[in-house]
Amino acid sequence: MCPASFDYHRPASVAEAVQLLSRPGAKALAGGHSLIPAMNLRVAQPGELVDIGRLDVLRGIRVDGNRLIIGALSTHAQIAASPEVQKHCAALATACSTVGDPAVRNWGTIGGNLAHADPASDPPTVVLACDAVIHTQGENGQRAIKAADFFVDVFTVDLQPGELITSIEIPSQSHRRMAYVKLPHPASRYAVVGVCVSMHTSGGVCDQIAIAVGGATAKATRATGAQSALLGSLLEAEALEAAAIAISADIGDQAVSDIYANATYRRAMAGVLLKRAVKAL
Amino acid sequence: MKVSITVNGKLYVRDIEPRMLLVNFIREELGLTGTNVGCDTSQCGACTVHMDGRAIKSCTCFAVQADGRQVTTIEGMASGDTLHPMQEAFWEKHGLQCGFCTPGMIMATTAYLKDHPNPTEAEIRHALDGNFCRCTGYQNIVAAVKTAAEKVGA
Repeated sequence: MCPASFDYHRPASVAEAVQLLSRPGAKALAGGHSLIPAMNLRVAQPGELVDIGRLDVLRGIRVDGNRLIIGALSTHAQIAASPEVQKHCAALATACSTVGDPAVRNWGTIGGNLAHADPASDPPTVVLACDAVIHTQGENGQRAIKAADFFVDVFTVDLQPGELITSIEIPSQSHRRMAYVKLPHPASRYAVVGVCVSMHTSGGVCDQIAIAVGGATAKATRATGAQSALLGSLLEAEALEAAAIAISADIGDQAVSDIYANATYRRAMAGVLLKRAVKAL
Repeated sequence: MKVSITVNGKLYVRDIEPRMLLVNFIREELGLTGTNVGCDTSQCGACTVHMDGRAIKSCTCFAVQADGRQVTTIEGMASGDTLHPMQEAFWEKHGLQCGFCTPGMIMATTAYLKDHPNPTEAEIRHALDGNFCRCTGYQNIVAAVKTAAEKVGA
């Protein structure tokens, strides 16, 4: 197989990249691990590729006060191995360590992953649970987009033509305990369902909680009912059971049926994974 | 577009179409056919090579992305007549049946051992997540990687 022809650009700056990307049919190329397979299959045939892979300004992982800042070009392998990520958003390190396989993680980037918004991908679930902010640069300047607003639908995000993700800002979760647990498809390892929990307890009582589900719906979803079921509880068996029922209801009729799993199964597995995630904390 | 890519220590300068995949550059432009194409979609690992020392799938990388970088293929693993310890271990343990996946297996596992010199069997199996052997000869592949780790560590 061979991708369709395209014009190739290698901009020297983010500004130049944004300018090139605003042209019709232009696509950004970073790790290319979602884009190139689609191009090999000719599902995607962009007329122009803007290779942002050498824009070092988009690299790096740093902590700024109580915020973790991850450059868009950080690879899954870099994020998984980063002591900063492990400390401030442990579940993101877990999620990135389960994306694809070692070679894919060496080259695929977090920015590309979030922009692609595959509903079965792992990082969006964690990013949503942490109330992360996606920073972008476009022709009309910079934007800071809340994760809850960023993911719109299957493979659809709130990025305008020409707009590029520059970094992901995550409020430090170091005071909380986090887990990301997934039911991987046995061959592809994509999440049939994935659940992220970020929780704080005080004297055994859960007093802060965020839960997100991925894989089960068109886009990662916050499980507000399950959050309510656990908030204020001692995480006792009854509370966990109630939360498992609640998370199934949170997904509700948004649950996807496809060749891998039907909606009923996904709703049930979300409950199972939620209990596993809480036990893993 | 003109690219300069160092493959197995030798610099190659070629004028190529941007849509040329790195694996096709390696196979067709350079005639190094040890790197195989299996799935074309980064799943099977037959095309695994090293780029700047890390394992990547060369079917999911355009050659223009490798411009200015160092690539190692299976042909660059042996030193003259002396096989790389991983190649030797695959031979010793008969870590192959048809052999199609073997170059990718060797490239993936040598990169893995650099970071994880003393893996358990479970870790080896996990590290091979992205490399398929459709003969299902995994048992001996895992044994080969274990043997290579012991040889290198010894």
